[in-house]
Amino acid sequence: MSPDLPVWATLVISFLLVVAGFFALTGSLGMLRLPNFYSRMHAPTLTNTLSAFCIVVSILIMASFVEHRFAAHSLLVTFFLIITSPVTAMLLMRAAIKRELRRNVEQGGSETDDIPERDLEGSSLPAPKSPAAAKPDSAGG
Amino acid sequence: MNQIFHIAIFFALGCFVIAMGMAVYRLAFGPAMADRVLALDAMYINGMLILLTLGLRFGSSLYFDIGLLICVFGFVGSVAMAKFLLRGEVIEP
Repeated sequence: MSPDLPVWATLVISFLLVVAGFFALTGSLGMLRLPNFYSRMHAPTLTNTLSAFCIVVSILIMASFVEHRFAAHSLLVTFFLIITSPVTAMLLMRAAIKRELRRNVEQGGSETDDIPERDLEGSSLPAPKSPAAAKPDSAGG
Repeated sequence: MNQIFHIAIFFALGCFVIAMGMAVYRLAFGPAMADRVLALDAMYINGMLILLTLGLRFGSSLYFDIGLLICVFGFVGSVAMAKFLLRGEVIEP
């Protein structure tokens, strides 16, 4: 830590660090303790973004005082994280829903409508009802 | 003032390490496969936060670049594993 940092900047940086640690701990505690996957999903996704934002703002304050200019390059991490975190959450949620549907079908359920035919390959299901499933896969041509 | 700063750094690092330990538990004993991928996602973000905090502590800007690289490649890895869970293969013909 450089000695020429003013008092209020030190206080703000310390406060942001404490808030970031608290939110990261809260998100992982939610991921550890919540009952099912769909509620475990949103806890680290939301809170990790907020704690990364707090850390990045504290880095921005400190780098701006050290380099005597506005160091906006540290906002790149939180910008990228804001874009990518919902994408990961949405893909994981879709994968979990598809896998749960497939498992229900394998246990004798009847919800075959939402599942594409290629996901049923190799399972012990009877053949799908639609006649389009009988023709060979011609998607490559 | 330096004392407050060091205490805050220590608190944040401890919180990140405990959060990473919880993610490791969920990675090891997760009931579903999507739980493990979610735990890996939380783990790389926590590791990136640890690196950014260490960069703040030591006053070096090298940690920030490493954190940015971890952010990019961790996203690619999470998307690849979610796609594998969704389809059974990553790159479709």
